[in-house]
Amino acid sequence: MHSETRLIFGGLTTLAVATAALVVLPYLTVRDTPPVAGLKPYTSAQLRGRTQYIQHGCMYCHSQQPRAQAFAPDARRAWGRATVAGDYAYDDPPLLGTMRTGPDLMNIGVRQPSDQWHLGHLYQPRAYAPGSIMPAYPFLFEVRDKAEAGETVVTLPPDFTPKGKVVVARPEALDLVSYLKSLDRSYPVVDAASVN
Amino acid sequence: MNTLSILMSAFVLSLVGLGFFIWSQRSRLLSRSADGSEVIFARGEIGHPETLTPDRSLKAGAGTVDSQELLDRAAADASTAAVVFFFYCCAFVWLLVASAAGLTASIKLHAPDWLVSEAWLSFGRIRTLHLNAVAYGWAPMAGLGTALFIIPRLLKTELVGGRYALLGGALWNAALVAGLGSLAYGVSDGMEWLEIPWQIDILFVAGGALVGLPLILTLLRRKVAHLYVSVWYMGCALFWFPVLFFVANVPGLHRGVEAATMNWWFGHNVLGLFYTPLALASIYYFLPKLIGRPIQSYNLSLVGFWGLAFFYGQVGGHHLVGGPVPAWLVTLSIVQSMMMILPVVAFTVNQHLTLKGHLGALRHSPTLQFICLGGLMYTASSVQGSFEALRSVNVITHFTHYTVAHAHLGLYGFVTMVFFGAIYFVVPRVTGRDWPWPRLISLHFWLAATGIAIYFVSLTIGGWLQGSAMLDESRGFMESVRITLPYLQGRSVGGALMVLSHVVFAAHFVRLLIGGAGRTDQSSTRLSAPGAI
Ligand code: HEM
Ligand code: HEM
Repeated sequence: MHSETRLIFGGLTTLAVATAALVVLPYLTVRDTPPVAGLKPYTSAQLRGRTQYIQHGCMYCHSQQPRAQAFAPDARRAWGRATVAGDYAYDDPPLLGTMRTGPDLMNIGVRQPSDQWHLGHLYQPRAYAPGSIMPAYPFLFEVRDKAEAGETVVTLPPDFTPKGKVVVARPEALDLVSYLKSLDRSYPVVDAASVN
Repeated sequence: MNTLSILMSAFVLSLVGLGFFIWSQRSRLLSRSADGSEVIFARGEIGHPETLTPDRSLKAGAGTVDSQELLDRAAADASTAAVVFFFYCCAFVWLLVASAAGLTASIKLHAPDWLVSEAWLSFGRIRTLHLNAVAYGWAPMAGLGTALFIIPRLLKTELVGGRYALLGGALWNAALVAGLGSLAYGVSDGMEWLEIPWQIDILFVAGGALVGLPLILTLLRRKVAHLYVSVWYMGCALFWFPVLFFVANVPGLHRGVEAATMNWWFGHNVLGLFYTPLALASIYYFLPKLIGRPIQSYNLSLVGFWGLAFFYGQVGGHHLVGGPVPAWLVTLSIVQSMMMILPVVAFTVNQHLTLKGHLGALRHSPTLQFICLGGLMYTASSVQGSFEALRSVNVITHFTHYTVAHAHLGLYGFVTMVFFGAIYFVVPRVTGRDWPWPRLISLHFWLAATGIAIYFVSLTIGGWLQGSAMLDESRGFMESVRITLPYLQGRSVGGALMVLSHVVFAAHFVRLLIGGAGRTDQSSTRLSAPGAI
């Protein structure tokens, strides 16, 4: 090749084609998909919890995108129906994830509605899921002699309770749990995409 | 018309367009007689590998090699020495930081109660620190350093405005320190590969522009008519990356599932249109240089380059197979992933033919060992990737450690290995000092190669078993976790060897810097170029 303009122009053209397909077309067609009826906006506690989810990188091990029945048995694992674009209308950014080192969490609020289970599981995953390789998050809790009024005490299985102490959830843990409990896409979808 | 037929016709049309474009480049070439692949050699130099120690046969017949060209090359090297040295020093630091973070993350996956008291050490953060330190630290510092070294040589001119590149490099690294700091602290934009907060990204953009500027100025002052293959790759990579990075990081622009398609448009293009071309350009330059023989086929290089430029940009959707994104988009990406076999084969055949009959050189040149292994792994990881994109394979591997094995085959086996080789070649030429202990280079090579082999094999098997278990709903989810444990431990063993090899590499570099001239023959360096190669 002898001409740098040809080179750069050619290079930018190929990139433009790719950008048109993967960014511009989705921008025009699915960016502003309205929420599916039944999807509620997050409360401020849930949004704070979502930030915790991002901060601690939960999405590097957990996906939020059950796949269609015909493709993979995600629904039969109780992970929920296949999601559609409208399920993510309030998700900024969406947290689809690329790993299932742990299970999909798009419907964890349905599978596991208990605050105490979530708190205990974050404090020590192996208290509830023997053999789990999820990290413990002790820094979201405080271990003290006794709790103050209005604080949430975590009740753990006997083997996992620190002796003579109580485990108190910090606000970050409570926010995170309220986000996890909000993960519920069990309402029906009636748009074209889900019928296929 | 349905989407599929629109897609098919668009595909066929663009394929025809691409074919025509490549053909037009080719016919233009044929109209001139000179073979473009020889421009990297001085007249009379073909047949002689570029070695540091003066080549006896060349010296003897000094009249046959054009010494003016060698002088120009020495001048080009001198003009880049300071900048390249700075970029490489940063690359070493990030390599060590990233490796330590990677090994920590790896151990945590089979020892989940290890180091849990600090938030910044938790898996989610240390893994992100690892990724960002390789993606924005090690790989670009080594790659851009190498580009800054090679481009002036290829254009047979001095680097213009090296000071801007130095300033740009400093800004870039400051941005990375700030970025990693904020990720460790827990401030993240929340999208893979794009975690660093956009406010800090502004610094990256400014720094990157300052690094690119001198390269453009140099291009405009070139003294060769012909642009060598490496210039195509590096030149385009330096235009592609800023566009990718800028579009991806504009705050508020991307939303909902469109943000996800954009995320993987960026994610795969930063691999395919930035690291890959920088590394391929290095192979195209160093391989012929080290064996003293021009690249076999100019036309195959054309197919390899334009094929990559066209197909690679559109493969991002294969990261979203089965996801809530438009089905046509995923199909398009799968098709283009398969089409990638074309440029990959073109590259592979070309390198193979070039190297044929010169394999003996592998025994003497550690640089060549790294470069050749890297080239082989490019083919391996790409062919693996093409098949991994197919729905039938992806349904098993998508959410598993298999992907991580592939990621390291590409970014470590290929890109990192090539940059190791490049650094071994370049450092003596910019510092004027030879590597003091050649044995350490071999040690580095074997530790790294064994390490990545263990890493790749364990996670490939472990990931496949994990994926198969997950697809079988009669087996509980925990079984897919338990089944991977020995393989995750295997990865930590392989990873530890890789980290050890990096420590050897860095220690060797430090020894080179502080050890004085050592046993170096001064006439073998850029400082005394006339007559010497
Ligand atoms: C023809 C060439 C290639 C194709 C078609 C290809 C295809 C793929 C596919 C299908 C995935 C898995 C996506 C998923 O299931 O989540 C993937 C992941 C990946 N590939 Fe490739 N690959 C190719 C070459 C390369 C090369 C040369 C490199 C390194 C420079 C590379 C680096 C990666 C990385 C880092 C990931 C993981 C991304 C992430 O999840 O963060 N690939 N590739
Ligand atoms: C300097 C060379 C290296 C490069 C370029 C590199 C690159 C990468 C990339 C691109 C990813 C993202 C993969 C994905 O999302 O699919 C990753 C993740 C990872 N790497 Fe590396 N890596 C390197 C060295 C290492 C080493 C020495 C180790 C040590 C064992 C290591 C351990 C890990 C771990 C544990 C992850 C996280 C995987 C997960 O999320 O499950 N890496 N690396």
